[in-house]
Amino acid sequence: MKLKYFAWVRERVGKAEETVEPPAEVRTVADLIGWLTARDDAYAYAFEKPTVIRAAIDHAHVKQDAAIIGAREIAFFPPMTGG
Amino acid sequence: MSVTATIRIQQADFDVAQEIAALSKGRSDVGAVVSFSGICRGSEQGEPIAALTLEHYPEMAEAEISRHADEALARWPLQGLTIIHRFGRIAPGENIVLVVTASAHRQAAFEAAEFLMDYLKTNAPFWKREESARGTNWIEARDHDDAAAARWTKS
Repeated sequence: MKLKYFAWVRERVGKAEETVEPPAEVRTVADLIGWLTARDDAYAYAFEKPTVIRAAIDHAHVKQDAAIIGAREIAFFPPMTGG
Repeated sequence: MSVTATIRIQQADFDVAQEIAALSKGRSDVGAVVSFSGICRGSEQGEPIAALTLEHYPEMAEAEISRHADEALARWPLQGLTIIHRFGRIAPGENIVLVVTASAHRQAAFEAAEFLMDYLKTNAPFWKREESARGTNWIEARDHDDAAAARWTKS
């Protein structure tokens, strides 16, 4: 699946997007945040306050308990400040 | 006749008067047009800023704004709807966002415009970064914007 990062999440992770293949036990958005956090310090810094992080699956907002099975694109970003 | 929203996500500026005229000119069924323009302020939390830069998630911005436009068209009897949101670097005094609603009567036009702006603030994937003498900083989301959006889902 493709991961995308925006705003300060992108800056902290150090990339705008990447393709990952998480193991089968990574079932939800929260699991994915935990899996990424364990990879290295950049992700740990980006996700240091996981409750602040917003997520979208295939361009629709989701809660962190959402299942990621079948997702093509998952995005992580801070609360939005448009308008 | 079904109404289709015009949605544009663009770097370029837009002409507010032209967008209003596009929804009302030559029509006898439109009795009210409401427009909201969001403009870049010259200060943030009392500190002068040089510019804002808006980052966005293009595919999702399109999808999310379309969903909310469809919801507005379903909830209010609108004859026309235009939403424009800019991205990129925007200087103080420049336009950021525009919502124009047209209806037979004012109440629907006012309410739909307010609903759309409240949702754009909290749900459209755009992020503002300010440039000032202190450097660049991401602007933090405000709780009162969440509260403003939430009132539209109360029964």
